[in-house]
Amino acid sequence: MNVILISLIALGVIGAASAIVLFFVAKKFQVYEDPRIDEVEEALPAANCGGCGFPGCRAFADACVAADSLDKLSCPVGGSPVMRKVAEILGLSAAESAPTIAVVRCNGTCENRLRTNRYDGVNSCAIAHNLYGGETDCSWGCLGLGDCEVVCPFDAIHVNPATLLPEVDEEKCTSCGKCVKICPKKIIEIRKKGPKSRRIYVDCVNKDKGAVAKKACSAACIGCSKCFKVCAHEAITIANNLAFIDSEKCKLCRKCASECPTNSIVELNFPPRKPKVELLEEVEN
Amino acid sequence: MKTFRIGGIHPKEYKFSAGKRSQEAVIPKRVMIPLSHYIGAPSVPVVAKGDSVKVGQLIGKANGFISANVHSSVSGKVLKIDDVLDASGYRRPAVFIDVDDDNWIENIIQSKDIIRECNLSSEEIIKKIADAGIVGLGGATFPAHVKLSLPPGKKADVLIINAVECEPYLTCDHQLMMERAEEILVGITVSMKAINVNKAIIGVENNKKDAIEHLQYLIQTRSFEGIAVEPLKMQYPQGGEKQLIDSLIRKQVPSGALPIEVGAVVQNVATVFAIYEAVQKNKPLIERMITITGKSMLNPSNFMVRLGIPLSSIVQQSGGVPDDTEKIIGGGPMMGRALASLDVPMAKGSAGVLFVPATESQRGKMKNCIRCAKCVMACPMGLEPYLLMNQSERSMWDEMEHNCVMDCIECGCCSYTCPSVRPLLDHIRYGKTTVGGIIRSRNVKN
Amino acid sequence: MNKLIVSPSPHVHGGDTILKNMRDVLIALVPAYLLGLYFFGLGALIVSVTAITSCVLFEYLIQRFLLKTAPTINDFSAVLTGLLLAFNLPSNLPVWIVILGSLVAIGVGKMSFGGLGNNPFNPALVGRVFLLISFPVQMTSWPRPIPFSMTYLDAETGATPLALIKNHFGQLPDTLDLFVGNMGGSFGEVSAVALLLGCVYLLLRKVVSWHIPVSVLTTVFVFTGILFLVNPEQYAPPIVHLLTGGLLLGAIFMATDYVTSPMTKPGMLIYGVGIGIITVIIRVFGAYPEGVSFAILIMNAFTPLINAYVKPKRFGKVKK
Repeated sequence: MNVILISLIALGVIGAASAIVLFFVAKKFQVYEDPRIDEVEEALPAANCGGCGFPGCRAFADACVAADSLDKLSCPVGGSPVMRKVAEILGLSAAESAPTIAVVRCNGTCENRLRTNRYDGVNSCAIAHNLYGGETDCSWGCLGLGDCEVVCPFDAIHVNPATLLPEVDEEKCTSCGKCVKICPKKIIEIRKKGPKSRRIYVDCVNKDKGAVAKKACSAACIGCSKCFKVCAHEAITIANNLAFIDSEKCKLCRKCASECPTNSIVELNFPPRKPKVELLEEVEN
Repeated sequence: MKTFRIGGIHPKEYKFSAGKRSQEAVIPKRVMIPLSHYIGAPSVPVVAKGDSVKVGQLIGKANGFISANVHSSVSGKVLKIDDVLDASGYRRPAVFIDVDDDNWIENIIQSKDIIRECNLSSEEIIKKIADAGIVGLGGATFPAHVKLSLPPGKKADVLIINAVECEPYLTCDHQLMMERAEEILVGITVSMKAINVNKAIIGVENNKKDAIEHLQYLIQTRSFEGIAVEPLKMQYPQGGEKQLIDSLIRKQVPSGALPIEVGAVVQNVATVFAIYEAVQKNKPLIERMITITGKSMLNPSNFMVRLGIPLSSIVQQSGGVPDDTEKIIGGGPMMGRALASLDVPMAKGSAGVLFVPATESQRGKMKNCIRCAKCVMACPMGLEPYLLMNQSERSMWDEMEHNCVMDCIECGCCSYTCPSVRPLLDHIRYGKTTVGGIIRSRNVKN
Repeated sequence: MNKLIVSPSPHVHGGDTILKNMRDVLIALVPAYLLGLYFFGLGALIVSVTAITSCVLFEYLIQRFLLKTAPTINDFSAVLTGLLLAFNLPSNLPVWIVILGSLVAIGVGKMSFGGLGNNPFNPALVGRVFLLISFPVQMTSWPRPIPFSMTYLDAETGATPLALIKNHFGQLPDTLDLFVGNMGGSFGEVSAVALLLGCVYLLLRKVVSWHIPVSVLTTVFVFTGILFLVNPEQYAPPIVHLLTGGLLLGAIFMATDYVTSPMTKPGMLIYGVGIGIITVIIRVFGAYPEGVSFAILIMNAFTPLINAYVKPKRFGKVKK
């Protein structure tokens, strides 16, 4: 009986003492955290991809709560719907942004761009790039070793073994920009997804002179300026023997694509070409 | 016999072309003289399309401190200035010249008579070396005049001549020592004058006994003062600057510092030969010795080659590409670069072309790291290659910097020795490049 | 001419392989194996063959059906694990216990961590210690050495020298017998001369460096030597400690295991000293007569810590 009593008292005293200590410690070291951070984090997609420029969703939520306006903050994964929700929580207004997607700007498939040597080393674009220009004579294009595939947190980009080029899965890509950052050749670009996923872009980044580029790859942009001349919307610029289509200005008229002598301008998800009159209507819609 | 104290390996030598007298390479109809160097900014061309040039004429001017002049190695007409695929696998600017005749500019002394007298001051010598566009011919191609201009407040005690040639297969430095020993010794005397020292040590690995004896004989009979030849125990990478200093004067250059920190200046033996020609004969750097070799090569040989000649043309002269070749290396097998094509021009840093037969050109299959520590034991810089590779794979750049990745000399001992055939150096080199970039951008910010 | 191969330097390889290293260790173990067979006869043969086959078989089965990776049994590492496990078992151990030990050694000690190179603990010792704790009676009844004995399970048993020391009774075998291995014990650990021969071979072939064996043995010698000097009545002479039990086998073949030992020379010395001290503490003050296995496993656990803090001598970091 005595033993039980002593034990109970001893335990009770220890428990009470600990509780008091804990109470004061918690008071003393309490860190105030804005409850809205939790709310914002809840609204984010929890991908922790870093596409927003912050290390993880929590840090982004922190930044959102601390910011006065959401103009410069955007979650590429969630896009506008998520940012609207965040804005609602914080009582701010969200900047509207058009949906974007990663685009691989190289069409150096095995047929278009012949392999002139064999790479025998670590299966990593970064290391191959550190060594030399690549297996083909084009030292600008895709190395095909798939660093983008490894880094993608959404399983949205895969190297096609037939072409040795990465292909983006439109359903899965959230345009977080990880592949853009990792690609040593800088061939991946985040572009506007376009209405009904329709996009036109120059599928090449080769800045060599036309003859050299063409010799290395039959689908290379040779910087001939034909697309530049035909474009009515000033969306195309030519620099360093390479054309570039500004997706903000492009009206998707497809004139450049039909003009390109090397077929290096790609049109995606358009219906098959029809006689010209109907095509214009299509664009109007 | 001396050697360096940390790590090292003993690869098989295969010096097939040892003792083969050097031949003059035939000059083809067109040469492409590279304007870019491996280190530093490309030179700025000072000739234009259609200009006629003579042998030894300046065609590219040094662009900035760490850069070097480029001279025409042939006489003829400038066809164009365009990009050409070079040994690095990228397209870089070069001057294309259509060759006719062999007209030299007047002040170059073409006779082979040895001129020992040199009454120039230290500054004049360094100026002449800079004008001649001489870079380190051991492979790093660092401008020689920069090395010889001591930073203010520093004083050199000894000039170290790197005649180690620890890379397997290569024999060009060895052959140069056999054929041009006296010129080299005069070049050393001139270099000693440039940096104001009265002591020079030539470090030669003990597999070149004939060269050691030849140099020693000349030093005694022709009375070259202050120059000593030191035979070294064979061990790779003894030709590394820091390793050689450790071998010869038992001092370790601190991490991140230059050899002058321990009072030494190191020059390659081919570089001092070029210095001799530049200072005593007014001849800029327009040619160098190169070894063409390989296991299945019929006739491995050494050539004296003008810069800008395509490697394919030299190879043709030495019997063509062996049939079973699957890999061609520019330089030695440990640190050389694999070439994607033979149509690259001869550059200042090209010391050899090595043809690797199909049976040896592919890497083995990589296995798990068994943590045998052989890479740690072999690393001549006292690093932990296995750890650096792991960190590089995981992008742990801060940790890599902390583990001294910037000290790596990329000698390849780790990959050579690994029983699991792991590509240690590939990952470490990538990590080193990345960490180097991070450090540079941090220094810019501060 | 085919398309040229382009790869980063270096373009040559020294030709060293995992297989060559494992084979060298196996060759180094041959003398001890032969002497073990001589002293323990049929039992030793059955135990060793069982251990090796079951280790290889378990490795193959686990890789093939559980991990679904390409089997790596042809690198001889499983053979080595099996042989080392057998060396650490008494030669009268029933076959099923040996098989159970192999399963634990390969399955738990090696494969559960991801196979060769990833295991933090020496697999053979994991198997051995598992058996020692699970079957203390069978694992500590050592057969007496009888040349070419044809007995197996019914072998005549006797105490090992270390047990004699522990319990302070009986006459120790003389030093020559200890040296040759004419004493009770696990079948591979008894013969000092054969193990030392293997050690010389390993050092000559540069499979292992001297740091670990020398530091372990020196530490044990010095530590027991001090104890002996303090009280020769109570403590055995250091030479007896060196030659008995699994110390030589442990120091030469188990502690030097690549995967579980530190990567730098100073680290190896620390590791060896640690093993030596723990061994002597267990032998002299602990409950078990023998402590090499435990000492090695404990220091295995410290290996990552040693690797993290003990760095090799960097070039250019030394004071003149």
